[in-house]
Amino acid sequence: MSEKIKFTIDGKECYAEPGQNVLDAAADNGVYIPSLCHVRGLIPAGSCRICNVKIAGRNMTACTTPVEEGMEIENDTAELQDMRKAIVEMLFVEGNHFCPACEKSGNCELQALAYRFQMMVPRFPYEFPLRKPDSTAPKLWIERNRCIKCKRCVRSIKTADGKNIFAFRKRGHEVEIQIDHELAAQMTDEEAKKAADICPVGSILYKEKGFSEPIGTRKFDKNAIGSDIEKVV
Amino acid sequence: MSKPVVATTSLAGCFGCHMSILDIDEKILDLVELVEFNKSPIDDIKEFTKPCDIGLIEGGCCNSENVHVLKDFRKNCKILISLGECAIMGGLPALRNGIPVQECLEEAYLNGPSVSGNKKGILPNDDELPMILDKVYPCHEVVKIDYYLPGCPPRAELIWEALAALITGNELKLPYEVVKFD
Amino acid sequence: MENEIKSIVGKFNKDPMRLMDILLDVQAEMDHVPEEAVELIAKELDISNVDVEQTKSFYHFFTDKPQGKYTIYLNNSATANMMGRAEVAEAFEKAVGCKFECTSDDGMIGLYSTACIGMSDQEPAAIINGHVFTNLDPYKVRALVASMKAEKPIEEMVEKYGDGNNSSNLIKAMVNNNIRKKGPVLFSEYETGTALKKITDMDPQDVINEVKNSYLRGRGGAGFPAGLKWDFCRRAQSEERYVMCNADEGEPGTFKERVILTEMPQRCFEGMAIAGYAIGAKEGILYLRYEYKYLQEYLEKVLNDMREANLLGKNLAGKEGFDFDIRIQFGAGAYVCGEESALIESTEGKRGEPRNRPPFPVQKGYKDQPTVVNNVETLCSVVKIMEKGAEWYTMMGSRESAGTKLLSISGDCKYPGVYEFEWGIRIRDILEMVGAEDVQAIQVGGPSGTCIGPRDFKRTLAYEDLPTGGSMIIIGKERKLLQDVVRNFTEFFIEESCGSCAVCRSLTVILRNKLDKIIAGKGTQSDIDDLKKWTKYGKMANRCGLGQTAANPIATTMENFMDKYEDLIQKEVEYDTGFDLAAAVAESCNYVGRKPNL
Repeated sequence: MSEKIKFTIDGKECYAEPGQNVLDAAADNGVYIPSLCHVRGLIPAGSCRICNVKIAGRNMTACTTPVEEGMEIENDTAELQDMRKAIVEMLFVEGNHFCPACEKSGNCELQALAYRFQMMVPRFPYEFPLRKPDSTAPKLWIERNRCIKCKRCVRSIKTADGKNIFAFRKRGHEVEIQIDHELAAQMTDEEAKKAADICPVGSILYKEKGFSEPIGTRKFDKNAIGSDIEKVV
Repeated sequence: MSKPVVATTSLAGCFGCHMSILDIDEKILDLVELVEFNKSPIDDIKEFTKPCDIGLIEGGCCNSENVHVLKDFRKNCKILISLGECAIMGGLPALRNGIPVQECLEEAYLNGPSVSGNKKGILPNDDELPMILDKVYPCHEVVKIDYYLPGCPPRAELIWEALAALITGNELKLPYEVVKFD
Repeated sequence: MENEIKSIVGKFNKDPMRLMDILLDVQAEMDHVPEEAVELIAKELDISNVDVEQTKSFYHFFTDKPQGKYTIYLNNSATANMMGRAEVAEAFEKAVGCKFECTSDDGMIGLYSTACIGMSDQEPAAIINGHVFTNLDPYKVRALVASMKAEKPIEEMVEKYGDGNNSSNLIKAMVNNNIRKKGPVLFSEYETGTALKKITDMDPQDVINEVKNSYLRGRGGAGFPAGLKWDFCRRAQSEERYVMCNADEGEPGTFKERVILTEMPQRCFEGMAIAGYAIGAKEGILYLRYEYKYLQEYLEKVLNDMREANLLGKNLAGKEGFDFDIRIQFGAGAYVCGEESALIESTEGKRGEPRNRPPFPVQKGYKDQPTVVNNVETLCSVVKIMEKGAEWYTMMGSRESAGTKLLSISGDCKYPGVYEFEWGIRIRDILEMVGAEDVQAIQVGGPSGTCIGPRDFKRTLAYEDLPTGGSMIIIGKERKLLQDVVRNFTEFFIEESCGSCAVCRSLTVILRNKLDKIIAGKGTQSDIDDLKKWTKYGKMANRCGLGQTAANPIATTMENFMDKYEDLIQKEVEYDTGFDLAAAVAESCNYVGRKPNL
């Protein structure tokens, strides 16, 4: 028991297992640090940058930073919350997020963060890029308009022998998710569903199923994202 | 004190947001007590007859007429509110954004599966018709917008609470469930 | 095709970590990397197609289609523009008969833009089939294109060779060194091997201590103490360690490393060997940018000569058990690979995406082993420090900034080229030496650095004052700072972002668009306020040096040249969305054949 690491978030005393990252450790202590790319158990990507916290005056992503003894972490500050909201807004204008027509609406983590931050309209102009969806996989629909490039699928969905089924293509503003056609054709129902579930937005969809949950009963209809974490402890 | 004057319009929208205004049920009677409607499809006043306090805009701008109406609203209203997803981000009409206008016109009038009878391949080009914009613009990318009420449509409760707060000057406190994008 | 691919992949032992080399060979052989090749490579390496594709599509010089029998990559940096790129580009388009980013209909000549190719002191310049053509003008362009149409071999189009080793048999390039000022550390007399022979009598920890005592800081830009880096690496628990030399000199306006590698690559390789001795590494990798591929044969020869002289290979300098050798890893056109962890990723055959820290490369670098990544100039300085001692070195410069610094100087000045200065030199003195008059601004340290104005010319180059990775672009009074420079730099970052982090990928475009609005005369004070607020997100939120500095061109000019922004905004208007009805209806009216009635 004495192995636990002591640290603070916004002055609140917290305890972590050795080697735990700040984001997971915070959650275990009832503190929600918003994030889009992180999933507990996956190797952190540190790519959405939303979980940015301040440690010893430096901005660090909570998901990629291991907790250290005595760490003092700033999380809920006006500056950080403004930046996080700005990133969510960047993601909204960078893609084509037509929430009213999206199968993932209500269960979408990007949308849920926008709700949590009370985003009424992004401060940045919409880009309306032309992006091509990919429907060639037998069980999955890749809707690139909604992709936020979090790499959750890249990191978590692999073949039994460890090959990548998803990967990035191109770079910079042109980056897009590609699916390996050969390997996608061999995906089981279970694997395909896992891929759709791990996607935080409506970019990977399990074919021939959608809008199955009525409005009002979906994950974020009544409860803000992160509220489950904040309720614990 | 005279009643605040409210105007409303639907640009490239589906009138769903107007339906949602009416969806405040019996509070509509309170609303009529509280405000006076000017130019609006609700009372069918076609032109502004006096300066207004609040303009509610449904829909984005897909053609030149939308732009003219929106600019007219900006001129005549002290406060402009983008009401609903289409006004805020273009909404479903903006699904065409990114695709060249030429392709859209060809699909609509020449090559689309529902096109029949346009054997001469005529594209509407009469001067009386509104001109199509290169994309569907969110209202705040055409004129200055003061407030935004998201939703498709915005929940009736949201519209009511927001209008009430504006009129009374009270602080707007919205429950989590009310602000939704769908 | 199958046999060709099999043989290429076989050459690299079917090792997925050598994917860069495999793709480079395929591109060289077929003038592109077709889809079929991607599938064959994947099959041979036993990885998925998307894995090959993700690396291939990341790099500028791997292409989907053949670019032409002659492929012209014309530099589009701000300096190139200053030196007359527009006329040159126009002449190319006219002579070839197609626009840029296209290949002529007959497949003969391709016209493509590329980021800075490290020739800022002899712009406009282009790389044509691997050969560099400098100081281009419309007349030369017409002659070149005529030769291409006559299918003349590209080597024969290089009419005059440059100075120094540029004219050697193995290089034969028209590139000039333009070494304007030699100094005691880098461009100094030195007999190859002296330092190496000296250190093999020392304990490796003493070598590290000597570097520490010299206060040498990494010359790539970040300025991390070199000795400390070596120490961390040596202390990391591992059987294997690596030395990597970062020669991915991609910062626009920087070209000093090209000159080092042309005139004294031995010094750089010797520095790597010293690092190898100090940290206990057996393998060194020089990561060289693709733009400098014309130096390949020459550098391979130098490596061989050093092996023959027992300065590389087994039992170096006669020291039993000291084995160290070097291979060259080429990039394929990606600025971000100059970031040390991205450079490692690239060397492992992957996309050049910077890694998260911790762990740092000194803990977990190449092949997850402790790795030291040093810049060319840093390693060359080490050699001289080991030869003459740390004390000698620290007598130059200041305590925070010991020794000398190489600078690539370009832009509006009489004597562009490479200069070696002691740290602490005043900007004003530099300007005088390079023959720069009527200076409006200086871009110190490239686009990721700072844009300073005359009130800062009294400052000194030093880590404690104005730090620099090694370049100065001088911007004359007649230039339009925002239009000619800031916009070009911002575009550069858009082009070169790896795309991994949301903020870097997205914010750069947002900033460019806002800048465009201001340049177009549609801006108001509120747009300036927005820009000011938004640039700070880049610094706060991004992972790597590229992302954190991508907003610098705008941020630092807002700090030092706010009047340039204010001059462009509408004073009498409070707010302008920038919406232009005439522009918005033009396309549809044109297509349906009606006159817009606005």
